[in-house]
Amino acid sequence: MKDPGYWSIFLNAALINNFVLAYFLGLCPFFGVSSKLETAIRMSGAVSFVMLVASACAFGINLILEAINAPYLRIISYILVISSTVQLVEMLMRKLSPPTFRALGIFLPLITTNCAILGLALFQTNKGYGFTQSIVYALGAGAGFALALVLMAGVREKLDLADVPQLVKGTAAALVVAGILSMGFMGFAGLGR
Amino acid sequence: MNAPAPIEQKRTSVWEMYRSIVGIGAFCALLIVSVYQGTAGRIADNKARFLSNAIAQVLPDVQSTVEVSLDANGVLVAATEPASLPAFLAYGEDGELVGAVITAQAMGYADNVTVLYSYSFDLQAIVGFMVLETKETPGLGDKVETEPHFLANFEALDARLNEEGTALANAIVTVKQGEKTEPWQIDGITGATITSEAIGVIMHQGSSYWLPALERDARSFQPPSGPLDE
Amino acid sequence: MALKQVSSTDEFIKGLWRDNPVFIHMLGLCPALAVSNTAINALAMGAATTFVLLMAGLSVSLLRNFIPREARIVSYICIIATFVTCVDYAIMAISIELHRALGAFIALIVVNCLILGRSEAFASKHNPGRALLDALGMGVGFTGALFFIGVMREVLGSGTLFGVGLFPDGFQTWTVMVLPSGGFFAMAIWLLVVNWIRQRQADAEKQAVEQAGKAAS
Repeated sequence: MKDPGYWSIFLNAALINNFVLAYFLGLCPFFGVSSKLETAIRMSGAVSFVMLVASACAFGINLILEAINAPYLRIISYILVISSTVQLVEMLMRKLSPPTFRALGIFLPLITTNCAILGLALFQTNKGYGFTQSIVYALGAGAGFALALVLMAGVREKLDLADVPQLVKGTAAALVVAGILSMGFMGFAGLGR
Repeated sequence: MNAPAPIEQKRTSVWEMYRSIVGIGAFCALLIVSVYQGTAGRIADNKARFLSNAIAQVLPDVQSTVEVSLDANGVLVAATEPASLPAFLAYGEDGELVGAVITAQAMGYADNVTVLYSYSFDLQAIVGFMVLETKETPGLGDKVETEPHFLANFEALDARLNEEGTALANAIVTVKQGEKTEPWQIDGITGATITSEAIGVIMHQGSSYWLPALERDARSFQPPSGPLDE
Repeated sequence: MALKQVSSTDEFIKGLWRDNPVFIHMLGLCPALAVSNTAINALAMGAATTFVLLMAGLSVSLLRNFIPREARIVSYICIIATFVTCVDYAIMAISIELHRALGAFIALIVVNCLILGRSEAFASKHNPGRALLDALGMGVGFTGALFFIGVMREVLGSGTLFGVGLFPDGFQTWTVMVLPSGGFFAMAIWLLVVNWIRQRQADAEKQAVEQAGKAAS
């Protein structure tokens, strides 16, 4: 049967089924670091990077697991291999490129066990994507996450100045903003054909 | 009860680390494998029942089915392992061929839509349809599962092949609601345009892939060891 | 804190309200919003998470003297992932339909920060009995929160509860509530309710203290 094109995979992951706003993945960093635009941008850079690494890892692991016919090891090996690879990359980065490490490094350990990362790995396996498709999917998911986070941070920076009741301040207001953003993203549905 | 012991700052020996990690690994491996073995039978049963229920909905009076696939030359063979989008030959009570059941998938409004539909060799038409998986907008896109006039399309949707038997004679296509004039057109749903169009695309793709081989080979197809049980 | 005797019931009760994982600590939001579109999905997800919490808490607590400090995170993740895999297969064995409804979110229990958090902060320092009580309280608190969100979304969004129609035919369902954005809205509404009650409690306590002070003077 016909495979979906790369562009369609990318759009699907970034806009139509945005990881944060449609799948509710990675909400912790979404609400945690979206109060400042600056940190939001750096965080989304780190998440996109880890997504790429995780996607490549997951593809490799899945090949091995299929070869030895052990689907029951999928969850445990995904989480362990992905988190150790990210730690390795973090060490390498610290050694080879200190500026990048200073920009992204502090976020890396936080997001290794983020559900968006594992979710990406599981979804690409469920959808049966090949290697290039997986990478494109990861790029799209990363871009979508960055878009949602940056938009959210922009709104929240303005919201801080607004006069809202004490009760609503903080997470409740952020949730409502996220809900409205999510409605906005629904308008992208139908693009991916 | 016991107060938490003060955290000891002495370095753990390598041996201790190995011992604990290997110990936990063994414990986890044992647990996972035993649960997998313990549930494998029931899961297989559940999946088979789910599938046979679905097949019974799109094609009544089926006694048994055989999953088929196309080999490298496009010849119909019995499937060696379950595919993600399988197709089945369905046999009736006396082992006669009553039809084929095909799963197919394409992008809908929000995400992939997967459908199951049945093809009748006698009528050369699609005679049953159900949606297996969809994330379409509730209240709009999911009308394709409930709207009576839309489901009526699949009582007999023409899917004849051309004279050479290589492709569909007429492309299956969704038209606007109320504009269906030909038996191979699907009468769409206003308000669920993209989803109902996607159903047309899915059926066209699925049928173009499977039907030429099915029409050519299915009647002479010998099930591996007689029709399998459900 | 550590030396204070905490009664067993309090170990259980705290997860329900004072330290409710979802409404107070915002832990495990992802599954709480993603699979709470019907009450039954919410309950199933809550039960699965509670089971993993209990089993992980028990194992971590039993092994707490066996696992060296340096290897603890990897050991905990390993243990949690094992139980999640077990639950995944168990749900498939119970009902394929339920498994399809919950989708990948069963596997994602493994990255629910609630479980790793409780294993690390509580179970690794307490005996199995306490760890189980704590896990049970947290699990019930989590399930309850999911259930409340699920009920709101199902009643408003589909006009049903547990699949049974509640309203006469003319009811126009609020479709938005079963869509992703409805998850955010339902959560926001419950959060407001919880905040409001907490604020009232705090005010009442403050007033009581003031009154007591006045009476004494």
